[in-house]
Amino acid sequence: MSVLVIAEHDNTELKVATLNVVAAASQIDSDVHVLVAGGSAQAVADEAAKIAGVTKVLLADSPALADALAESVAEQVLAVAGDYSHILFASTAGGKNVAPRVAAKLDVAQVSDITAVVSADTFERPIYAGNAIATVQSADATKVLTVRTTSFDAVAADGGRAEVSTLESVSDIGRSKFMGRELAKSDRPELAGAAVVVSGGRGLGSAENFKILDPLADRLGAALGASRAAVDAGYAPNDWQVGQTGKIVAPQLYVAVGISGAIQHLAGMKDSKVIVAINKDSEAPIFGVSDYGMVGDLFEAVPEMVTTLQ
Amino acid sequence: MKVLVPVKRVVDYNVKVRVKSDQSGVDIANVKMSMNPFDEIAVEEAMRLKEKGTVTEIVAVSCGVTQCQETLRTAMAIGADRGILVQTDEELQPLAVAKILKGIAEKEQPELIILGKQAIDDDANQTGQMLAALLDWPQATFASKVEVADGKAQVTREIDGGLETLELTLPAIVTTDLRLNEPRYVTLPNIMKAKKKPLETVAPGDFGVDAAPRLKTLKVVEPTARSAGIKVPDVAALVDKLKNEAKVV
Repeated sequence: MSVLVIAEHDNTELKVATLNVVAAASQIDSDVHVLVAGGSAQAVADEAAKIAGVTKVLLADSPALADALAESVAEQVLAVAGDYSHILFASTAGGKNVAPRVAAKLDVAQVSDITAVVSADTFERPIYAGNAIATVQSADATKVLTVRTTSFDAVAADGGRAEVSTLESVSDIGRSKFMGRELAKSDRPELAGAAVVVSGGRGLGSAENFKILDPLADRLGAALGASRAAVDAGYAPNDWQVGQTGKIVAPQLYVAVGISGAIQHLAGMKDSKVIVAINKDSEAPIFGVSDYGMVGDLFEAVPEMVTTLQ
Repeated sequence: MKVLVPVKRVVDYNVKVRVKSDQSGVDIANVKMSMNPFDEIAVEEAMRLKEKGTVTEIVAVSCGVTQCQETLRTAMAIGADRGILVQTDEELQPLAVAKILKGIAEKEQPELIILGKQAIDDDANQTGQMLAALLDWPQATFASKVEVADGKAQVTREIDGGLETLELTLPAIVTTDLRLNEPRYVTLPNIMKAKKKPLETVAPGDFGVDAAPRLKTLKVVEPTARSAGIKVPDVAALVDKLKNEAKVV
């Protein structure tokens, strides 16, 4: 039986997370289909058709799906669910919102945030903020999975030539209405997929001081992140939060500035390729996971780093 | 209107859990247990709606072992009016909990159910959405702001890269994100008062729910540890390592 990947997109372009999920799906079965549920999303479907390893793209295009309301997207997935052994979502805010609705309607368990495919019915997933890894087996007829994108290397965005077929779209359920969206505008890369992340913690001391990280992020082409302590203290916006309950990141380079390294934070970044920590406390737990640690005053070290990198 | 708030008893967030040597799970014997932090935010939000006069009754529900009574008492100390313990010693997974909660919702007829977005033990992030699907109710997950008026809930939610606002027709499901509120400290007089509030005990079978786990845990292991690297003396040495050894800048 084929496996279905639910595309992550904004009606204009496909999000990279979809490529990571296709990678996970390909480990389960070679017949990988992608569902694009959106409004005026033909371009997304065309893009999905080019993904390496995708054999078919289903496009459900309707104003009722344009705002990605969980109720409508879940109905659309359920309309085709019977054809698939596995249904995979990215473990993003969008995927996490919809997947459990689909699982509950199918009366199957969901396996959240898988980090490895052991076999078609057995998966690894982190529990307790990544302090333990559980191997779980599902006996249910359909496996509904959310995929931790950082655990699977993205497949190529082109090379595939899948056909795009159009589905009949579900109608608006009408109990939930989209009122508006405020997306933070930034010239920086998106935190979840950035190759370099510069994160600040409570050591920064204030929202004003947090700006000291800007030149370093500019120099490195990095996304900005923050620890939960910094977010709670109001130094940084919530969507910068890296950790168990925030974003999970695994960039090539992660620079932790003034972050002590609470387990909740480490859970969100410890799969980074290279970790740099700058902290004045030589006993900070962050040094236990960093490749390169520097004990010192961040207010001197960060500007000096910017100069040295020039 | 009535609000239902499910609360889960979990290992306290300050405890670093240890994996059992036989790989059957994590060791939770003699470990401090607390209310799941996101559920505490849910109780607090219900209480704030009550203080505004929107909500008239808050019913807290917990599913699990007898000791979940303590979690319910905490919810009642924050402000819940009464508690329902769905008692079982069996392992409960999110789908089973959602089915039990559906049974309770059908009996209690709340207009709003506020849940934590995820529990910090299994990190599943499923129950609220599953319950919404089973009841065929609209949902707003990861809420950072909730306003209720005229049979509607206007909810601002945290999404990747920003915020979005939805308007739900009640009855509806809301799941909480960290920013929604900061739960109040529980005071001693309120703890004493909570002891006198009604607490009813029921069983999963009372709602005709087969609560048997669907997922089988084959093993639980420690994550592969990341070994500590080196300390560098100054910024020059750091940048040199990044350029020439790690080759990441």
